[in-house]
Amino acid sequence: MFRKLLSHIGKYKKFAVMTPIFAALEVFMETLIPYITASLIDEGVSAGNMGAIYRYGGLMLAVAFLSLAFAILAGRFAANASTGFAYNLRDAMFRKVQTYSFANIDRFSTGGLITRLTTDVNNIQNAFQMSIRMAVRAPLTLISSMFMCFVTNVRISLFFLGALVVLASVLVFFMRKVTKIFEQVFKKYDLLNADVQENVSGIRVVKAYVREEYENEKFDKAARVLYDYSVRAEKIMALAGPVMNLVIYALIIMISWFGANFIVAGDMTTGNLTSFFSYIMTCLMSLMMLVAIFVMLTMSLASGRRIVEVLDEVPAIADPDEPVTEVADGSIDFTDVYFSYKEGGGDPVLRDIDLHIPSGSTVGIIGGTGSGKTSLVSLISRLYDVSGGSVKVGGVDVRDYDIETLRNKVSVVLQKNVLFAGSILDNLRWGKEDATVEECMAACRAAAADEFIEQMPDGYETHIEQGGANVSGGQKQRLCIARALLKDPKVLILDDSTSAVDTATDARIRKSFRESIPGTTKLIIAQRISSVMDADMIIVMDNGTISGVGSHDELMESSGIYREIYETQTSGGGDFDEPAPGKEA
Amino acid sequence: MPGPGNRMKIDEKVEHPFRILGRVLGFVMRRYAVAFIVVIIAILATSYISLQGTLFQQTLIDDYILPLVGTPDPDFAPLAGALLTLAMIFGAGVVTSFIYNRLMVNIGNGTLLDIRNRVFSHMETLPIRYFDTHQHGSIMSVYTNDVDTLRQLISSSVPEFISTIFTVTITFISMVRMSLMLTLVSVLMIVVSFVVTGIVGKRSAQYFGAQQRNIAAVNGYIEEMIQGQKVVKVFCHEEKNIEGFVEKNEELRSAAKSAHGIANILMPINGNLGHISYVLIAVVGCAMALSGESAGMTLGTIVAFLGLNRSFSRPIHQLSGQINSIVLAMAGANRVFKIMDEPSEVDEGDVTLVRVKEENGELVETGERTGLWAWKRPNWESGETELIKLQGDVTFHEVDFEYRENHPILHDIELFAPPGQKIAFVGSTGAGKTTITNLINRFYDIADGKIRYDGININHIKKADLRRSLGIVLQETNLFTGTVMDNIRYGRLDATDEECIAAAKLCNADGFIRRLPDGYQTMLTGDGANLSQGQRQLLSITRAAVADPPVLILDEATSSIDTRTEALVQKGMYSLMKGRTTFVIAHRLSTVRDADCIMVLEKGRIIERGSHDDLIAKKGKYYSLYTGNFAEG
Repeated sequence: MFRKLLSHIGKYKKFAVMTPIFAALEVFMETLIPYITASLIDEGVSAGNMGAIYRYGGLMLAVAFLSLAFAILAGRFAANASTGFAYNLRDAMFRKVQTYSFANIDRFSTGGLITRLTTDVNNIQNAFQMSIRMAVRAPLTLISSMFMCFVTNVRISLFFLGALVVLASVLVFFMRKVTKIFEQVFKKYDLLNADVQENVSGIRVVKAYVREEYENEKFDKAARVLYDYSVRAEKIMALAGPVMNLVIYALIIMISWFGANFIVAGDMTTGNLTSFFSYIMTCLMSLMMLVAIFVMLTMSLASGRRIVEVLDEVPAIADPDEPVTEVADGSIDFTDVYFSYKEGGGDPVLRDIDLHIPSGSTVGIIGGTGSGKTSLVSLISRLYDVSGGSVKVGGVDVRDYDIETLRNKVSVVLQKNVLFAGSILDNLRWGKEDATVEECMAACRAAAADEFIEQMPDGYETHIEQGGANVSGGQKQRLCIARALLKDPKVLILDDSTSAVDTATDARIRKSFRESIPGTTKLIIAQRISSVMDADMIIVMDNGTISGVGSHDELMESSGIYREIYETQTSGGGDFDEPAPGKEA
Repeated sequence: MPGPGNRMKIDEKVEHPFRILGRVLGFVMRRYAVAFIVVIIAILATSYISLQGTLFQQTLIDDYILPLVGTPDPDFAPLAGALLTLAMIFGAGVVTSFIYNRLMVNIGNGTLLDIRNRVFSHMETLPIRYFDTHQHGSIMSVYTNDVDTLRQLISSSVPEFISTIFTVTITFISMVRMSLMLTLVSVLMIVVSFVVTGIVGKRSAQYFGAQQRNIAAVNGYIEEMIQGQKVVKVFCHEEKNIEGFVEKNEELRSAAKSAHGIANILMPINGNLGHISYVLIAVVGCAMALSGESAGMTLGTIVAFLGLNRSFSRPIHQLSGQINSIVLAMAGANRVFKIMDEPSEVDEGDVTLVRVKEENGELVETGERTGLWAWKRPNWESGETELIKLQGDVTFHEVDFEYRENHPILHDIELFAPPGQKIAFVGSTGAGKTTITNLINRFYDIADGKIRYDGININHIKKADLRRSLGIVLQETNLFTGTVMDNIRYGRLDATDEECIAAAKLCNADGFIRRLPDGYQTMLTGDGANLSQGQRQLLSITRAAVADPPVLILDEATSSIDTRTEALVQKGMYSLMKGRTTFVIAHRLSTVRDADCIMVLEKGRIIERGSHDDLIAKKGKYYSLYTGNFAEG
């Protein structure tokens, strides 16, 4: 997994390599310092030699400056490498997501994908930066300080080494236990946040049912579980400090005793002893650092895994080898189509679909929720691939087309549609990048969107907020239709796209379709019977199969379901007004 | 939770940092006063003892080692004795450090628990207006980011601050006592490092500000595009999308590079300034010792001073490295307190809802579940209470309302809903339909006029009791994590399983629930993400049915259900609405046409009212809306 992630460093590799090199140089300089200090004390201070003091003092300053210079370089390289790495990861993930088919997108939740691209990348960036700065530095400091200890005095160093090994194993043992508990802590934490989220967005329900107390208790329970787990983890961590102190203190006492003996025996100098103390501190510091890196890497493991999942996902739909780049006409043929959202089995949502739609006709599709209407039209622009049988547009199997060609000619207005932050014109031009203002206006006229746009203070330049938050549901739907019309499609699919538009406007839109795009095949999914009644052909879907096809009159005769829908809706089955903005899914 | 709330606001100004700190400590002291004082003592002791370790180096060399050097028969006994004493002191140090670390775990987490609970329970008391006027993302981030920064503050920054001040003070005194001259050198170097840190820190803050802004931009873009990913696919907009992303991503990279680049050098600068300070003190100290002018300047003194110098400057440097996180914590604490300081919903009502039974034609309060309810109204003058039977009679008299001052939404609303009647509201977006229902349950309070419920001014009814008597089904369903059964029972917590299932049957939800993998025990997560919109709607209707209220408000309750299913639901709804006063907002004619009275709203006024047949005969707005349906039929 790490290899997979690291392969994305790319051109920032040189910085990633330079960082530890300069960090190593910095460590080298730093290790020298106590050694020089020792000489300064022994040859300068003890001997009362001012010349030696200046000499060693100067040397020490030079070393300090060099060390600083290396440190600055290492720091800069590290920043460069880690932020570059994060850039590449985000870039790779974003590009990958763009290749996802609908099936891939369904597999990840939207929120999940966003977290992976933001929080997870950030975690990896931090862990990476820490690793390249410290992973070399900490062990190097440890080893070099240890080496200097041995140079100074072998016997004392052996004691020290023993103590260090014990301390390290104790710390690692603690950390392993702790990280396991922390995984639980994070899970509890997510649960708690989900609870808050539900309360914030569902506050009306909470208040309407007077459930404040109940929610408080629920929250308190969740918060207490989080508390219990956190305390369990931190209790272990709280041992680390005292254990560390114990080891330091024991070492000070032992070294003082043996050091005194050696000095008196003439095997050691007082300078040696002072530098010994400082090496010990350095060693322990880098040991702590190593443990911290260990913990951080363990914690970033989950993030890394989530990122790799995104990168490893295989797009379910790809262009064929020799794609067809011309869509002849808007005829649509379904032959023996089976379809299931789950690969290799699962209950089919569409069964045994045979359907032939001539180019230029208007087709209404009607049926209950979950009857397969949306699934049926999704297959036409190859948003999903069939599980069995074939779907043809213009006489060619959709799997043989260049996907972009197909989707430009088969224009879908999705049920769950969104607008993007930008002006109305910007949004319309998603349909056709170089569309002139006149073309945009014409499309809006056809979608009955011109009136309300012209009433807006900035007209076509009106700024749309993210997700289209500042237009009503009906206005949003009409803009989405206009956007789809700009593609000049051979097939236009409206998936319940006028549900928030009042019935009169809905009728106007259908009328303008008849007049302005007579050659385009129009598929209209609707819940309102009035939206489909005048179609050339009406398809009644029921439970994944086509239960009836024909004109309104024919179906009134032949289809029980159709008649039932008609009867529940006529004598007042239409929609009245537009629901409040922002209220639809 | 990802979202706009996740972005830290680094350039936010905190007005009264000390007051905020004081409040945080107040929370700590409220529950852990004794423990916290013990912790402070333990911290002081630990710092003191660890200082002894440094100071001992001087005594060790001067008093125990140097006198022995050259003696033919050195006596190590005094040294052994000194070390033994030291060992005991150290032993105490280990104990104190354990005490403070261990206690701090409970104090830190306990205070956090306390703060979390307080923020949450206070949030639950806030008026709907607060939620309507604040971004949910930023409310969330109080829980996900800000409370956590407090943890950092309580369990790490505060103790460190205390120990730093103590260590620095004690060290400073020892340093002054050893040598004033050397102390001056040491302080001078600290000043230099402050100046350098200040300069670097200022630039770093700028860069970090830029980084935060760029993170916000990139995250916003990712959010928007991933949420619209299916539209992107349908419009083959992938290439354009990548172009836009690359640009923003590159800006972020370059800003982050500068920010981290400068943050990374802060530590080495301070560290190496420490080395320079070391050399300066060695040089000055030795020069002084050699010149013999200052008495008492021994080799041991210099060595010890060098050690002290380190204990003096290291914590200062570490603390200055923490400044950034302290500033962040302060900003976080500020936001936590801001939500705690929001005024709660006011409730001055004194009329309560009680269970009653009928005895000899009189209402008598009872604890039994009789299915009968009454309003209990205290009479201030006589001191007696009066019971008024709960019937569900709602009237509006000359009601005006505005969400913002001088932006009136409703004008002069007159409304009579006798018990058991069905009142429907129709009209276009923004006409004020939902607003009217928001007034009945007092999510918002009216500006002028009167709303009476069974003849009682609703301002006099306790909000909780008022709301308990109203069932509400909204278009946005909002289910909670838990089983299907839990969600139904949300309507009435003491409902039995049988009652819940009966309600589900009534609302035609039973069928689909039984087909779910675990039936009524199926776990719902993420607002019922595993259900279709229609199924969620059915559950929320069932939830209202279990509550069994005399008045029902259905705000676009069936708009996401297709007409065939709606016909099924409708049956359940009819049995539900029977005998209850019902307010219905809908844009489907089938839902409203059988209402006893239909109100046509336009721009905050009721412009037409009457039954379906009346309104059709009137040939007004309703008629035109109605016939518009069939203009193209």
